[in-house]
Amino acid sequence: MTIANPSRRTLLQAGGLLLASTALPTFTLAQAAPAGGRLVVAADSEPKNLNPAIVASNGVFFIASKVVEPLAEASFDGKDGLAPRLATSWEGSADGKSVTFKLREGVKWHDGKPFTSADVAYSALAIWKPLQNLGRLVFANLETVETPDATTAVFKFSKPTPLQLIRNALPVVSSVVPKHLYEGTDIATNPANVKLVGTGPFKLTEYKPGEYYRLTRNADYWGKGEPKLDEIIFRVLPDRAGAGAALEAEEIQLAAFSAVPLTDLARISKVPGIKVISKGYEALTYQLVVEINHRRKELADVKVRQAIAHAIDRKFVVDTIFLGYAAASTGPVPKNAPEFYDASVPTYAFDTAKANALLDEAGYKKGANGTRFSLKLRPAPYFNETKQFGDYLRQALAAVGIDAQLVNADAAAHQKAVYTDHDFDLAIGPPVFRGDPAISTTILVQSGIPAGVPFSNQGGYENKELDGIIAKASETIDTAARTELYKQFQKIVATDLPLINVAEWGFITVARDTVQNVSNNPRWAVSNWSDTALKS
Amino acid sequence: MNRAIRLIRRRAISSIPVLLIVVVLTFLLLESASGDAVDAYLLSIGGGDATVAQSLRQAYGLDQSMFARLWLYVSSLARFDFGWSVAFGRPVLDLVLERLPNTLLLMGSATALSFGFGSALGIVAGSKPESVRDRALSTGSLILYAIPSFWLGLVLSIVFAVQLRWLPTSGIETIASGKTGLARAMDIARHLVLPVAALALIYMALFLRVMRWGMAEVWTLDFVLFARSKGLSRFRVVLRHVARNALLSLVTMLGLQSAAMLGGSVVIESIFAIPGFGRLAQEAVGGRDAPLLMGIIVVSAVLVICVNLIIDLVYAALDPRVGASERGT
Repeated sequence: MTIANPSRRTLLQAGGLLLASTALPTFTLAQAAPAGGRLVVAADSEPKNLNPAIVASNGVFFIASKVVEPLAEASFDGKDGLAPRLATSWEGSADGKSVTFKLREGVKWHDGKPFTSADVAYSALAIWKPLQNLGRLVFANLETVETPDATTAVFKFSKPTPLQLIRNALPVVSSVVPKHLYEGTDIATNPANVKLVGTGPFKLTEYKPGEYYRLTRNADYWGKGEPKLDEIIFRVLPDRAGAGAALEAEEIQLAAFSAVPLTDLARISKVPGIKVISKGYEALTYQLVVEINHRRKELADVKVRQAIAHAIDRKFVVDTIFLGYAAASTGPVPKNAPEFYDASVPTYAFDTAKANALLDEAGYKKGANGTRFSLKLRPAPYFNETKQFGDYLRQALAAVGIDAQLVNADAAAHQKAVYTDHDFDLAIGPPVFRGDPAISTTILVQSGIPAGVPFSNQGGYENKELDGIIAKASETIDTAARTELYKQFQKIVATDLPLINVAEWGFITVARDTVQNVSNNPRWAVSNWSDTALKS
Repeated sequence: MNRAIRLIRRRAISSIPVLLIVVVLTFLLLESASGDAVDAYLLSIGGGDATVAQSLRQAYGLDQSMFARLWLYVSSLARFDFGWSVAFGRPVLDLVLERLPNTLLLMGSATALSFGFGSALGIVAGSKPESVRDRALSTGSLILYAIPSFWLGLVLSIVFAVQLRWLPTSGIETIASGKTGLARAMDIARHLVLPVAALALIYMALFLRVMRWGMAEVWTLDFVLFARSKGLSRFRVVLRHVARNALLSLVTMLGLQSAAMLGGSVVIESIFAIPGFGRLAQEAVGGRDAPLLMGIIVVSAVLVICVNLIIDLVYAALDPRVGASERGT
């Protein structure tokens, strides 16, 4: 425990904050939060590669984001929806071929070496662009990174690259790792991928496989008065019932990413001292999607796809499967992305009669047994909700005379069947919207993607107009024009239904009341938690 | 003594083909499952493009033919090289040795308790078949045996860890506690109470039933009638004559159950977040991690073979007829 020795200045600041607090959201009170303590958090997986510069995934970020920082983090109220981290500002050139980042001064790596623009240039060129799962796309046209001085990095692109895309991608793709530990080594097997060295508020000090990760306060962190906590422990609890029980027994204080299943929330929210929070996942919206194999003759007919869309009662899905912790979708961009979201797209109200009429019109009359045709339906097993929606969809389709044969498989088998073997007619998938449609949304409908690419259009759908818009948006520099293109994109997807968007959801955090400053940014669970505190 | 050595030698030789069959079958089984380690990995990181998948398959050796991989695996296994886990990015042997002690501790305690209490209660029930206490114990054990272990585990956890807070909900020891020596041993023991209870209660029911059934059968034999007519006390007849003879089938059961318990620990280790062998196996299947899964299966098979060998030796000691016929072969 550090003993607070309040100077006159901090007292004045605290006073000012108290005054300001009436006007500001409650979490701004954070500054006055107590320091110290150990926060114990439930973790459900142990990524083998914990380096967020190589693996930009939520499982990795959950732990690594406290140790390795990006150039900027998502923010509810910051400019461009960003809060500066290792970069303090960013500016694009008029031709869209360069972006200049001003970097934070006086930042040190956990091993004591200074952080400079050379680290950013190295991370971008040696890791993000060639190796990172998402950076390969965002930085595809990155040619060089110039470093005129230690705190300036100028990214040079061979083709115009929209600043809007770079900005939206920054929190996810720009984790900076130390050049001095990676240069000249085999990056994929570098020990620092597991024993992380970063600039973040916490140092990774211990990892006991199967049991826990220990993150310890970085006393040299650049953030004034941060981090608040002495220690964060990520305790490995693979069983879903385990996290809820451990929270109730006060063995852990926080479970993010819906580690406590939705069906337990009503009960656990009544336990004194526990709060259930649905905020803090706005930038990690998951979408419940019916993937369609357009190689099936029936499904190649837009009338059939519309009929399926009309056969689904989205309200039922939201209320019964997600217990209200979700929203009905209208199209491929979620409402949580107001920059892009367009509500004025064709929608498909729940209407069995209309669905039946459309199927009749398409020429698929009901046979003697009341069935029009049979389909193979593969729900992804990754979430309870995708599996439950599979059961629901089967019944919803039966109501309009389509016989859906459910095929349940484990994760690896589902992955191969749908994205490599195309052995499905309908599949239920949970793609993620990552802040910009170009990162992982357009790939769901774009044509020409080779087999074997997961979470992409493997249904054989091809629409030249849509492909054209996607290609044009990827190199449109003007933000307004680019946003307009994505509105067109949403209209076409909602009209032609290459896939059917059913619902969109964020995860739930359950925490003890003693944990403060929870969910105060749109990627909270995967942000650095430098202001998270424990009330004793 | 010669009997024991002959038995060990014979077992050691016959276990080689057994292990080979286990390895090949496991490999083929995993091979026949759709999806490979790269599919599982790409899923865990939220996707990647075709080049990533291809380079990963090369790095994992998955671009080679099935037979090439099987041969490579079996030949390195013959040199006691267990290979490299693709899901964990670590040597298989390290992982296995790290997790094995936890499972052995869990299984060992559960087996000892269930055997001890099960046989004792079985004697109580079997000392007077069809009596009230026999019916009560037999019915009770039947109910207990019908309970799925995961359910029992969850209920024990809710009652004793969440509601009463007497014991921890999960884990093998208090995380990052820095405890050493006796304090650490006590801490581990506290953590093991619930998972061991969940495993042991169910197997105890089984041992109870086997003991009771064996005794009921022995009661009908002539030598028991003789012992009783000789005027021996009932207590002496029960312990020295009936229970002792019924114990033989219990020892056989013990050997069979050691394998079943390895399977049961998969569930219990998940519920109680114990980093053990069972959980590792589950993760290996989910990640399509062939080298790791085979490492686990081979070590499990060796364990089961060893336990059964010990059981045979004990059996031979208990029953002088066993192995006697082999003399001279």
